[in-house]
Amino acid sequence: MDKKDIMVDDWLIAGRSFQSRLLVGTGKYKDFHETKLAIDQSGAQIVTVAIRRTNIGQDQNEPSLLDVMPPNEYTYLPNTAGCYSADDAIRTLRLARELLDGHNLVKLEVLGDPKTLYPNVVETVKAADILVKDGFDVMVYTSDDPIIAKQLEDVGCCAIMPLASLIGSGMGILNPWNLEIIIDTVGVPVIVDAGVGTASDAAVAMELGCDGVLMNTAIATAKDPILMASAMRKSIEAGREAFLAGRMQKKLYSASPSSPTTGLINK
Amino acid sequence: MKIVINGTPKEFDVESMTAEDLVKILQLQGKRFAIECNGEIMPRSLFKELVIKNGDQLEIVGAVGGG
Repeated sequence: MDKKDIMVDDWLIAGRSFQSRLLVGTGKYKDFHETKLAIDQSGAQIVTVAIRRTNIGQDQNEPSLLDVMPPNEYTYLPNTAGCYSADDAIRTLRLARELLDGHNLVKLEVLGDPKTLYPNVVETVKAADILVKDGFDVMVYTSDDPIIAKQLEDVGCCAIMPLASLIGSGMGILNPWNLEIIIDTVGVPVIVDAGVGTASDAAVAMELGCDGVLMNTAIATAKDPILMASAMRKSIEAGREAFLAGRMQKKLYSASPSSPTTGLINK
Repeated sequence: MKIVINGTPKEFDVESMTAEDLVKILQLQGKRFAIECNGEIMPRSLFKELVIKNGDQLEIVGAVGGG
């Protein structure tokens, strides 16, 4: 691959083209100013948002996230965080589509347990099927189960987003083998979502062949979120290039040093 | 009429109102939000025609930071 090709490594989600393979959440930041600085530093083009009840009667001049980060500058990915049933998730995303003027690219997640935030894959498949039939482009958060990942692709999801480890845990990639099976099994983009703790985790995900990584806590709760956003951008790029370059074979030892074995002095 | 907005009961001195009336009363003009009434989306383009009546359950939502 020559330099020019490296510059052009666009990818597609449901027919939409993106350059950045880092997707970021907008939660847990100190304020909107920090949110915007970190996200701009990350280079992310796709940003997730949550849908919540408006505080009726609150100061109407208070700025909103959409004022600070206009929807024409970022691709918004409304999520269903906090939903524990297919029905709640579907209602939330229909509201999101109305809120964002018909924008139909969404992140579906249906949780199963408030303690671990582990996904409920049964409800997730049910919701995905209904949402796809209702015209949504569904990027779906799921466990790292390859069979469920395939089922989610079969009902029409446009990206499969398995966890690396539990939401907000920062534990990194716990089962790279399952992620590899998912990447081998499904045809749509595979994006690691949740569990990334630091830059090397993101690089490992990309080296495995994931198409992208979605993260929030790792950046937002770093001591310096803006610097961590920059680190994540670089690690995603580095991991992607390493994947494309194709790593050397691992071996326990090698009788092949990198320096010439001839021409040594005093021989 | 009595309606429920975002889980909180509210009372208004009218028998019914349009979605547009409610948006004015709640001072939501110019804001980004979406409304669901009894589980159905109220499209913004139909706010002038859609009527809210006694007993309706409304959800009014916006976008906030999230992962």
